[in-house]
Amino acid sequence: MIHFVLLISRQGKVRLTKWYSPYSQKERTKVIRELGGVILNRGPKLCNFVDWRGFKVVYKRYASLYFCMCIDQDDNELEVLEIIHHFVEILDRYFGSVCELDLIFNFHKAYYILDELLLAGELQESSKKTVARLIAAQDSLVETAKEQASSISNIIAQATK
Amino acid sequence: MSGPSLMDSLFQRTLEDLIKGLRQQLIGEQAFISKALEEIRKEIKSPDLSTKSTALLKLCYLSNLHFHDMSFAAFHALEVLSSPRFSHKKIAYHAISLSFHDSTPVLLLITNHLRKDLTSTNEFEVSLSLQCLSRIANVDLARDLTPEVFTLLSSNKLYVRKRAVAVVLRVFEKYPDSVRVCFKRLVENLENYDPQILSAVVGVFSELACKDPRSYLPLAPEFYKILVDSKSNWISIKVLKIFAKLAPLEPRLANRVVEPICDLMRKTGAKSLLFECVRTVVTSFSEYESAVRLAVGKIREFMVDEDPNLKYLGLHALSIVASKHLWVVSENKEVVIKSLSDPDPNIKIESLRLVMAMVSEHNVAEISKVLVNYALKSDPLFCNEILGSILSTCSRNVYEIIVDFDWYVSLLGEMSRIPHCQMGEEIENQLVDIGLRVKDVRLELVRVARDLLIDPALLGNSFLHRVLSAAAWVSGEYVEFSRNPLELMEALLQPRTSLLPPSIMAIYIQSAFKVLVFCLHTCFVRGGSTAGVSASASYESFDDLSVENGAGSTVAHGQTCTSAPITNESIVNLLKLVELALSPLLGSHDVEVQERARNLLGFVDLIKLEALNSSGQEENDSEQKGVEATKIIRLVHDAFSKELGPVSLSAQGKVPVPDGLTLNENLGDLETICSDIELPSSNTFSFGYPSEEKDVSSFSNLQIKEDSGQSNESTSLLAEHRKRHGLYYLPSGKSEVISNDYPPANDPALQGDNNDTASDLVKLTAESLVPKRKPNHSKPRPVVVKLDEADEKPVAVKHPESRDDSLSGAVRDILFGSEDILPTSSRSNLPSSNRKGKEKQHMITQVESKENVVGDGNSSSRRRKDHSHGKERRHRKKNAEERNETDRKEKESSSNHPRRQKSRQRAEEPLKVPPQTSVIPDFLL
Repeated sequence: MIHFVLLISRQGKVRLTKWYSPYSQKERTKVIRELGGVILNRGPKLCNFVDWRGFKVVYKRYASLYFCMCIDQDDNELEVLEIIHHFVEILDRYFGSVCELDLIFNFHKAYYILDELLLAGELQESSKKTVARLIAAQDSLVETAKEQASSISNIIAQATK
Repeated sequence: MSGPSLMDSLFQRTLEDLIKGLRQQLIGEQAFISKALEEIRKEIKSPDLSTKSTALLKLCYLSNLHFHDMSFAAFHALEVLSSPRFSHKKIAYHAISLSFHDSTPVLLLITNHLRKDLTSTNEFEVSLSLQCLSRIANVDLARDLTPEVFTLLSSNKLYVRKRAVAVVLRVFEKYPDSVRVCFKRLVENLENYDPQILSAVVGVFSELACKDPRSYLPLAPEFYKILVDSKSNWISIKVLKIFAKLAPLEPRLANRVVEPICDLMRKTGAKSLLFECVRTVVTSFSEYESAVRLAVGKIREFMVDEDPNLKYLGLHALSIVASKHLWVVSENKEVVIKSLSDPDPNIKIESLRLVMAMVSEHNVAEISKVLVNYALKSDPLFCNEILGSILSTCSRNVYEIIVDFDWYVSLLGEMSRIPHCQMGEEIENQLVDIGLRVKDVRLELVRVARDLLIDPALLGNSFLHRVLSAAAWVSGEYVEFSRNPLELMEALLQPRTSLLPPSIMAIYIQSAFKVLVFCLHTCFVRGGSTAGVSASASYESFDDLSVENGAGSTVAHGQTCTSAPITNESIVNLLKLVELALSPLLGSHDVEVQERARNLLGFVDLIKLEALNSSGQEENDSEQKGVEATKIIRLVHDAFSKELGPVSLSAQGKVPVPDGLTLNENLGDLETICSDIELPSSNTFSFGYPSEEKDVSSFSNLQIKEDSGQSNESTSLLAEHRKRHGLYYLPSGKSEVISNDYPPANDPALQGDNNDTASDLVKLTAESLVPKRKPNHSKPRPVVVKLDEADEKPVAVKHPESRDDSLSGAVRDILFGSEDILPTSSRSNLPSSNRKGKEKQHMITQVESKENVVGDGNSSSRRRKDHSHGKERRHRKKNAEERNETDRKEKESSSNHPRRQKSRQRAEEPLKVPPQTSVIPDFLL
């Protein structure tokens, strides 16, 4: 299974973290610091796998972002690389040629997409189209709710309640 | 606290504002964040859910990417969760799965929210709560929500169903009893035609099968069908993982599966699937020659591929094969050796592992030579990786593969001279260890040590200090093998030794002491009046002495030592040198160094007079003094000539605790005893003779003191030496008793000792006298002293195979439920109340026993803690009872399995049953 997903920028800034195994806040910062140091320092033409504390970390760089996933020793590394690529393609489709800024400002949306893709550390949905459809459906649910909420009259009604 | 107002909600900063603001702060980021956190703390208390949820979202952002604690918002997250709006729920679930953990206090409150959303008609809400459950599930949540998850497993919305399937894994892990409820439906999903659901189910089973494959053997036909029919690579990979676990358990299954896997390997274009096939074959089908050959062909393609990923994986797969088919590695030797110089460190390490796998006693010398050359050329990190693996491979099983120890010792010397070498500690250990274990190599060892000591350049490298300390110790301990002790003395006392850290400096001084004593002994005691006696002559006579003492069989080397004359003159120079070198150290800040320097100088003072005399005129007038000094030299020499042997780790345990010594007694009493005795006791602690003192008998450590009291001066010196060189002794003072026994293994006095280790040692040394010549070696392998393996045994006993956790027990109950199968071993954990058959309490005791079983599971330390809360347990028991009711109803409606009665019957069967050897019917035929 996938233990966690990290997105780290080339400058070492964390853009997204998702933990499927229990890690305390302290451990999380430590993991990120450690892995950031290892992965960002690797040259461009090396293999995409790093042995780390008895786990394997599969990473791939897209533009200025490193996508990292931590898996068990006997998981399939190439499969995980495909999952990463899959995720990137879905992001790309959703944001329309995604860039780092998209992920910075819509950090929660990136999470929602990831949640559609992976559940409990396993791949849930291997079809890009389906993910896009699901996300769109949920977005529209959120939008209608928001419209109701943000109308001034609604706010006033709530405040004076 | 000002109440939240309309203005607050109107002018709340949104997440976007927060992110923008953060990005504009170049320096005051921390200040900005703390201000934002303050706002959030205020906003999150607002009664308006929109404001609250926005605050929560902002908090998530800060917690997730800037690692700020958000546990304070746990309750607020629950409040947002209760909102009817989907957007709020989404934020709340996100926050909860981000921040909740098992010890979050409000975790108890979430159950009902989750239950409500799990039964919601909106599939996205169901999905959100499933997602959340997968992340935060604990025992209670898993137990309480099992019925809902069970219902969802057969939901007609595929989207929900596949998520429920994935979550079931977590529920099983946390609450194994849920297996009894959900397993059947899970298995039913295996026959589903929707690839997404199939993928999820197979994923769950591949995780489950990792933990305990045997339980899932009955499902092999289903998996086989999926393997053959599957069109999706994702599913195939997972099924292959399952078969990799199942095949070794059931040879008929392996027979059946190996062909489809090979087909898949030939046909597939996807590298990931191909690699999975290869890995499955090399891990679990290694006895199928043709399959392995096919896989090896693919591995070779991987290894020569341009893509570093494939190259790495190829090498990795090769190292899996290596354990069973070494020929594969030797076939691909060129590629492996070439990969040692790959730019990628991971590939290099992988190929290093492979190279080390090829090492045998025939080629260890050549391979080590090649590797040391690589180490010279490579970067520090990899260099040490190489050296480390050479060291660990060669020392494996007490230097099993080393035949030529002379070569190995000189290799160690060579390795420590490699510029990047940082393995000083390991080399140090091995030098000393070999010195202790292998008698025949000591001559070479001393030579290597001398070469290291004599090079002033090495003293500047702090990584080498540990090696030098071993070299110093070796040359002091085995000085009798030295060609030129005088030169050694100069090396040990050279000015640059001031660069050493004090602890190693102390070892240098102590070694210098030993060398000096040896020289003096050679010159005066052995050589007597004939000045200019040769070391070799004296060496022979020393040998006689040592044989007398039973110290060992060093005769073989007696003649090979070339002589370096030790004259009176040289002794005088030596003494001067010692005084010159050590007098500055008398003011050393380190007590150890200072004390040893003082010891040595004191000794020199004692000896000097005689040395000067005998060098000047004839000894007539100073006869008296000379005899005294000779006596001292002889005594000190005797103390040092007692050989040290390796000590078994378990040796200390074999020392019987003396009568009257209660180790577990509270030391608090000591104070009162000591206050009674006061001054006289301090005398008895020194080298006095306690037998006169009557009041001492109250001391519990009387025995030990008597030991030291009765021993003669030489052993007290030995004891002192032991104190100094604590590094090379057992850590506890108690070991004195036994380590005295070790080294002179042939000492007749010790033969009576029924100590296993000692007798073992005797056997080994006896063998050393009659070396067995192996036909294929030009030179017999020297005897390596091994101690009994007893120290490993207790460890093995302490960890019995406890692989039957409650989860697999539960699964087995379900799967083997209809067959006549012995109870699983987790059954044997049932409390005896069940056996006695208290029928009316049956339900409760069963549940209770389940809880016990849960407690015995492997990752249960936390859960065990829960058990200590009696109240909670009672509550849980009640809950479980209720749930059992519902379960039964559900089961009756869904399946007509008489499972419950079955399991109850089995629980009452006798418990002492041999471990399960389940007879698997031939499903596939």
